[in-house]
Amino acid sequence: MDTSKKGQQEYSEMVKKASPNSPIFMDCIKAFVSGGIICTIGQLLLNFYTGRGISEQDAALWESITLIGISAVLTALGLYEKLGKFCGAGTIVPITGFANSVVSPAIEFKKEGMVFGMAAKMFIVAGPVIVYGTLTSMLVGLVYYFVK
Amino acid sequence: MSKRIGKQTVRLSEGVVILSAASTVGPKEAEGPLGKYFDQKVEDQFFGEKTWELAESKFVEKNMELAVQKANLKAKDIDYILCGDLLNQCTGSTFGIKNLEIPFFGLFGACSTMGESMSLGAMLVDGGFAKHVLTGASSHFCAAEKQFRFPLPLGTQRPPTSTWTVTGDGAVVLARKGEGPKIVEITTGKIVDMGVTDANNMGAAMAPAAAHLLKSHFEDTGRTPQDYDVIATGDLGVVGRELVVELLKKEGYDMDSRYTDCGILIFDDETQDTHAGGSGCACSAVTFCGYFYPKLVSGEIKRMLFIPTGALMSPTSSQQGQPIPGIAHGLVIEGCEKGAK
Repeated sequence: MDTSKKGQQEYSEMVKKASPNSPIFMDCIKAFVSGGIICTIGQLLLNFYTGRGISEQDAALWESITLIGISAVLTALGLYEKLGKFCGAGTIVPITGFANSVVSPAIEFKKEGMVFGMAAKMFIVAGPVIVYGTLTSMLVGLVYYFVK
Repeated sequence: MSKRIGKQTVRLSEGVVILSAASTVGPKEAEGPLGKYFDQKVEDQFFGEKTWELAESKFVEKNMELAVQKANLKAKDIDYILCGDLLNQCTGSTFGIKNLEIPFFGLFGACSTMGESMSLGAMLVDGGFAKHVLTGASSHFCAAEKQFRFPLPLGTQRPPTSTWTVTGDGAVVLARKGEGPKIVEITTGKIVDMGVTDANNMGAAMAPAAAHLLKSHFEDTGRTPQDYDVIATGDLGVVGRELVVELLKKEGYDMDSRYTDCGILIFDDETQDTHAGGSGCACSAVTFCGYFYPKLVSGEIKRMLFIPTGALMSPTSSQQGQPIPGIAHGLVIEGCEKGAK
């Protein structure tokens, strides 16, 4: 087996040829439609809450809470993983995906205890989103402050 | 007289008998194309335990017991146990066999562990250090996902090149004397690193090691692929198998339809959504014990080359961007005379 740089490059080409690609086009369609459906549900919820006389800001909060709640329950029932398998980014990108990414390690690592398991591991998937989300909003805030 | 032939192969003096083979699998494997061949099928992924890790240990315990029982032996007749798994520090194995009170060597060869354990077990028997050796390997889909990938309830997609870890345990009892198929030669694999870093394409990471082992084996023994009824790699899946065929073609060997892969046999991608095939220590272990062993006993297979394959990585090495080196261990097993048993 030629493990030199050249041999590795040649092999890498062979691997590319032998490995089937993900069906990107269909994945995009599924993600677009399913993500759109989740957002439509969000809009319906927002309309429902504002229709009950709740201010738009509070209604948006209630809407998020409802979606997170639904996602957490679906995750606990083992249904969100099935949805995620089909929808891909469509169920990962909206807030429901964020809830799923927090609840699933919490369930999986509960066996290692409430402190070192569930609580400590809860953010192993969502952690980067929080860190870089906060960082990005700080940067955007700074830019906004000086550019305004 | 030296038992070594060539650089990587040894020939056992009289051959080591595989007295019995036992396989215990989870529900998905039971539903697969090989379902009817397995000894014990467990409906519950937890196997009545509280954690995935303890469930894997129970697969080990129950299957090891069955292997000993099928050989008409008692645990006290076994001189050594050699086994391993994929969990950190091989606890899947150790917690499974701790109550058997048999001297134990824990092994790690990633998914090639069945080949490693059978090789070393056969050497122990052939060397006269043991009368009976119990060897095996296990894996558990849920425990492996938790350790190597993501929590199970996370809604993710798997690429087409990914494989599905087999839940189960395969074990054999090796002996100096008795009726059964015989391990006659062992080719021990070298680590081969071709710089593959994609943890979702393990078949590609392991294929060069399997191809290297096959080439070394053919050179050491002077045989060709056509000298075997069956050549079976461990868990390369469809992508890895294709790469092995191509790599050996370059070396002048024709790996025809007698070459298969346990990962391809054990699942049906179309109905089971397993993508490139099965993987994990149990993939080659249960496929050998459940599917191939009876064919060796009946004499339907006269000579097979069994090559469990492993990807030597950890979540840490993978996250640090290190490549995934592969390993493969080969055993030549000769079947019984037709109608002998």
